[in-house]
Amino acid sequence: MSTLNEYRAIVGDGVVDELYGLGERLRGRVVQHINSTRVGGGVAEILSNLVPLFKEVGVEAAWDVISGTDAFFEVTKKFHNALHGRREEIPRSLLAIFREVGRENIRNLPLRGDITIVHDPQPVMLIKNKEKTAGPWIWRCHIDIAQADPRVFSFLRQFISDYDGLIFSSPLFSKRFSLRQFLISPSIDPLSEKNREMGKDEVAAVIAKYGIDPKRPFVLQVSRYDYLKDPVGVIEAFRLVRKYNDCQLVLAGNRAADDPESDRVLAEVREKAGKDPDIHILLIPPENNDTDINALQRAATVVVQKSLREGFGLVVSEALWKGRPVVASAIGGIPLQVEHGRTGLLCRSVEGAALEIKQLLNNPAYAEKLGANAREHIRQNFLLTRHLKDYLLLLLALQRDEDIIHL
Amino acid sequence: MNKPIKAREPFVFYSRFNLQELTGLKAGNLESLLDLISTVPGSSIYHHTHRFMEKHDYLLPEPPNDFAVWIGDVLGDRTLQEKLAGIDVLQFTTIKDLRLALVEAIDSHLSAYPRARKRFAEKDDEFHFIKSVSVIVPTPYSAESLEAFIKGLKEVSTSSIYFHMFEARLRLERQTNDFSWWLESALLLKTLGEKISSLDPYSFTLSGLRRKIIDILEECAGDDR
Repeated sequence: MSTLNEYRAIVGDGVVDELYGLGERLRGRVVQHINSTRVGGGVAEILSNLVPLFKEVGVEAAWDVISGTDAFFEVTKKFHNALHGRREEIPRSLLAIFREVGRENIRNLPLRGDITIVHDPQPVMLIKNKEKTAGPWIWRCHIDIAQADPRVFSFLRQFISDYDGLIFSSPLFSKRFSLRQFLISPSIDPLSEKNREMGKDEVAAVIAKYGIDPKRPFVLQVSRYDYLKDPVGVIEAFRLVRKYNDCQLVLAGNRAADDPESDRVLAEVREKAGKDPDIHILLIPPENNDTDINALQRAATVVVQKSLREGFGLVVSEALWKGRPVVASAIGGIPLQVEHGRTGLLCRSVEGAALEIKQLLNNPAYAEKLGANAREHIRQNFLLTRHLKDYLLLLLALQRDEDIIHL
Repeated sequence: MNKPIKAREPFVFYSRFNLQELTGLKAGNLESLLDLISTVPGSSIYHHTHRFMEKHDYLLPEPPNDFAVWIGDVLGDRTLQEKLAGIDVLQFTTIKDLRLALVEAIDSHLSAYPRARKRFAEKDDEFHFIKSVSVIVPTPYSAESLEAFIKGLKEVSTSSIYFHMFEARLRLERQTNDFSWWLESALLLKTLGEKISSLDPYSFTLSGLRRKIIDILEECAGDDR
């Protein structure tokens, strides 16, 4: 586990000193984060890195996870898809399961904080416990709800409306609420196993392990096997690129504990790839996930994220931080990270993705310049230290109504 | 070696943190943009005209104005984009006056080019209004002499440079930047103060602005005494 002082070399002394200064003003407060899984997915990853840093600056922080059945996670997966705009039929019986598991968690989950931050829809019902803490309660939505199915959103709104504040990852997700809403982007940890610096030999060993030809360029998409990440679209774009460029495609995925759908998607991807030896479909073992993803991102010639919906897309931040040229969909939180022509290239279709990938493969000096900008963009805006700062500011701001707060 | 001249009062470096608050308000064409620019809180006008300064320190200076960027990139109206990007923010000492300049520029453009009303953004490309919530805190750095001031400038974060050069002048309506004010009133170094206030800080990155101010102070300090 990294200490805050270890970030000084990356973000500078001034930034770290300011964090200690803000923490001092919140000393003694207790913040409780609640989500649905301790491993797998971006939220768990952020919390495992962020919670210890809260403690380091003097804010007591706890992290608790709700419990749920397979049927519960099946319905929350449907919520997730519907919030991303996909049509889902959710029968009343499944809503009943959601409510039943929610009530169990209301009874059983210990409340520890005077500030409670609830992440995503799975634990949203816990707001019913609001009266039992000193407050405030904040709902942190990590999902792209710009095109949310109104039926599902109105079901969730009955709970969301009782919170004291909301956090979204992109302005595109904000809606008319009588509550205060804040824009806080998620972050990556530059010192984590997934993002730490790596030697060339270590990178080469991982590439060799997966049978990727190190002498030819490769295009990489890292994502769990999910329709919303459009892995099939990536294969289609790759095939357009390969008509003119000799290259390989690597799809590197894993499973999250709260995602029962990935096996179906993986089967479709395998069928689409056929027996093409240049398409590497990898299922990264969880125990090697972070090291292997780090190496793959560092070795990739171009990194792609052709998602159809994306809450934020931390995997894009990871690639940008490694100075890689990125082609990514102009959706959700991605345009905050990839500013077209400055820190990467944006696309809106299979053909667009193919065009931009070719641009980067054929113009390495341009790709390198975008990559260098990208790393600085992440350093300033999307590292864990900025994330911690935003949370500390939020906790301070919620105590006041003014737009200018003198401390 | 000369003993440093002691200031009449110390300069305390402050830092400013920005929390972005979403308003839920959005515009899809010039008319709705104009309506909202006229009515959103001043902290939203401030956010969209200053966000670039803090967010893009690694790039060459960008037009410090989200409205201009959106009008050009999304609506494709390059004439109005240029007009808004060219608004000289330094000539205003209040957000109210800056807002008025934006409103007048868009309004007169709509009168001159009625077809500009027919440009619309796709749903995903609408302009979303965000407010800036500033949290202002003192840093551990302070100075009672020019030498200590230069040392402080080298050590504080760029948020502190930003606060004293941009936010104090316009958002807190102090008329000039804090550095010039202190140099002139507490150290009686009028020429140095004027040299800094005559810079256009919007045409630098924050790191570049810090270097420029330090260069001015180090090079000219002797002449002013």
